[in-house]
Amino acid sequence: MDSEIIIENKNTEHIYRDDVGSKMGMWLFLFTELILFGGMFILYASYRFMYSDNFRVAAMRLDTVVGTVNTILLLTSSLTAVLSLAAIQKKQKLFSMYLLGFTIVCGGAFLINKYFEWSTKIHHGFYPRGPEMANLSDGEVVFYGLYYVMTGLHALHVIVGMVFLTVMLVFVYKEKITFDNNQKLENAGLYWHLVDIIWIFLFPLFYLIH
Amino acid sequence: MSEVSYLKYEGKHKGLAGWLLSTDHKRIGVMYLAVMSIFFLTAVVFGFLMKLEMLTPGRTIMGPQVYNSLFTLHGVIMIFLFIIPGLPAVFGNFFLPIMLGAKDVAFPKINLLSWYFYIAGALMVLGSLLFGGGPIDTGWTFYVPYSLRTNTNVSFAVFAAFILGFSSILTGLNFITTIHRLRAPGMTWFKMPLFAWGLYSTSWIQLLATPILGITLLLIILERAFGVGIFDPALGGDPLLYQHMFWIYSHPAVYIMILPAMGLVSEIIPTFSKKNIFGYGPIAMSSLAIAFVGYLVWGHHMFSSGISDTSRAIFSLLTFLVAIPSGVKVFNWIATLYKGSIDLRPPLLFVLIFIIVFSIGGLTGLVLGSLNTDIHLTDTYFVVAHFHYVMFGGMGTLFFAALHYWFPKMFGKMYNEKVAMIGAWIFAIGFNVLYFPMFILGYLGMPRRYYDYLPEFRNWHLVSTIGSWIMVAGIFIIVINLLKGFFKKEMITDINPWGGTTLEWTVPTPPPVENFDEIPVITKGPYERMNNE
Repeated sequence: MDSEIIIENKNTEHIYRDDVGSKMGMWLFLFTELILFGGMFILYASYRFMYSDNFRVAAMRLDTVVGTVNTILLLTSSLTAVLSLAAIQKKQKLFSMYLLGFTIVCGGAFLINKYFEWSTKIHHGFYPRGPEMANLSDGEVVFYGLYYVMTGLHALHVIVGMVFLTVMLVFVYKEKITFDNNQKLENAGLYWHLVDIIWIFLFPLFYLIH
Repeated sequence: MSEVSYLKYEGKHKGLAGWLLSTDHKRIGVMYLAVMSIFFLTAVVFGFLMKLEMLTPGRTIMGPQVYNSLFTLHGVIMIFLFIIPGLPAVFGNFFLPIMLGAKDVAFPKINLLSWYFYIAGALMVLGSLLFGGGPIDTGWTFYVPYSLRTNTNVSFAVFAAFILGFSSILTGLNFITTIHRLRAPGMTWFKMPLFAWGLYSTSWIQLLATPILGITLLLIILERAFGVGIFDPALGGDPLLYQHMFWIYSHPAVYIMILPAMGLVSEIIPTFSKKNIFGYGPIAMSSLAIAFVGYLVWGHHMFSSGISDTSRAIFSLLTFLVAIPSGVKVFNWIATLYKGSIDLRPPLLFVLIFIIVFSIGGLTGLVLGSLNTDIHLTDTYFVVAHFHYVMFGGMGTLFFAALHYWFPKMFGKMYNEKVAMIGAWIFAIGFNVLYFPMFILGYLGMPRRYYDYLPEFRNWHLVSTIGSWIMVAGIFIIVINLLKGFFKKEMITDINPWGGTTLEWTVPTPPPVENFDEIPVITKGPYERMNNE
């Protein structure tokens, strides 16, 4: 809290910069995201308690391999996101851009995987108001409802994160983000880690607990 | 350049664009005020029409469907567009940076963005009246399963509330960062004005509770569009969980409304009793305490919904705990007035009205917070009366107080004080004649949200409707008086018309664009006075 607020004087125009404040704002925003998903996790917990047998049956139908691949993709991308920050701090602009690019590609691969996973489910009739749903128990219907809403909302965040990172990539290229002015990149990284950490909870809750 | 008032300043954009694209916290505050006043008055008209309908049993001026839409819209507009954002968005924006000795909020662009979110949400609320299945009729609580079954524009209105939530979150985020980062040198946490403490507590609730509402509302939309089954009992969902999720936000939301209002009281009372505040520390801490405990009491909205006895007892106990920090505040305010040199001007009159009606509202809240009386009174007019006493009597009255207190500073104009006093008295009388009979009606068993009633309730309904006429007359006088003041030719330049001690009374009237030529250095508490002051 004691670090300085920088006011630069460039061509008589004041440029106001407060890295600590900017990071604080980002963290506050991440709290709200956590609580947004927190609401869904509360619902998940309540329904898991209410329909534990049905949830087990429904979870068996999810593809653990796809889930695992996606987990590896996101974890790796989180690593490269933080490395890109380290690279820019060491003035390695090009390397930082490669790492950012790789992060975005991982996000894209995650979404492609997700797309095939969802379309297989939908193809088999397992979606809200789908043909298979009438044969399922209440708990299984709720399970798939939660599955689609939570992973869908998460996928939306992956997309937002990718846009965020792409903008950062452009900024690094245009040298708006440099070795001594990189708070924006750190904030984007923080957001990407949030996307990652939410997935780390979604993965076991939907794919692993049988 | 910094001597130019924020009203006259011309930057890159001129005229209207100079306002709509301005990131100046003062202009954004005034823009909120303009839009919010229109919505407030609209919702007042809705309430007025509802009371008119209740003049006689049976159909008076409207049928049940129109009545259902009216109480829903009255609630949605008042709560989401006026009461929740009111004080932080208007007066928080305008005065928080000045009171802290800063030039603007921490994120001025995000501040403007949150105004646009507010406008988008507001337009969507209006849009929900016009398109598709007609005005929403679920009540402002959007309870499932009815909100999933009705053909009215639920998704549209609910999405509007979602967008408004975004606006609220961004404002909260901005204020917290501003308070942490931009206090003037020497302004320690405990030298901060109490209005800032109120805003700080509120901002945390905005930040930590609103996302829960966001996801809940999103689920209603998804449920209506795709039938995901999470809240729909026909598909295995549990409507009670909806109620939990809704109140996890919406109960703390009433503290979002009241905490900045209480902070305002702590500003006005020392100014008009010419005395340092009594019990600064306890007042500041009680704001945080209310914010914290208020987060844990949502279950008291569900006492008759079938939740377990254990949880009901716990929620009831926690509800009673909220009364303690609230009481701490009231006693400290009274103690500040005690042996003060009291100058009864319009802002203080509004505050005194607030203390009385809010105390009535608070104590009747305890009646509803205890389990056995609540069973009798739940979903009756008693709840309606309690709610209006705390919300309208609380935040609403103090919104008027804030307007009258800061009006000269904001616009460099002055309203007619005598007329303001008369307006305040008429408002206070009308308020009590309107809402107090509702306590009695509720006790006798009159249920809320009906356009019709049994003949034996007739007399009290009549009194209440007459009260609504008196109160609306009072609001009319207040509003016209302020507007006349606003359009007056002569400007005032007195920087401190009331003799306040906080920083906003040290800058020119109206404040210059950058607030301060030189950032002040703070050496004394916010309400400390020199001997000769």
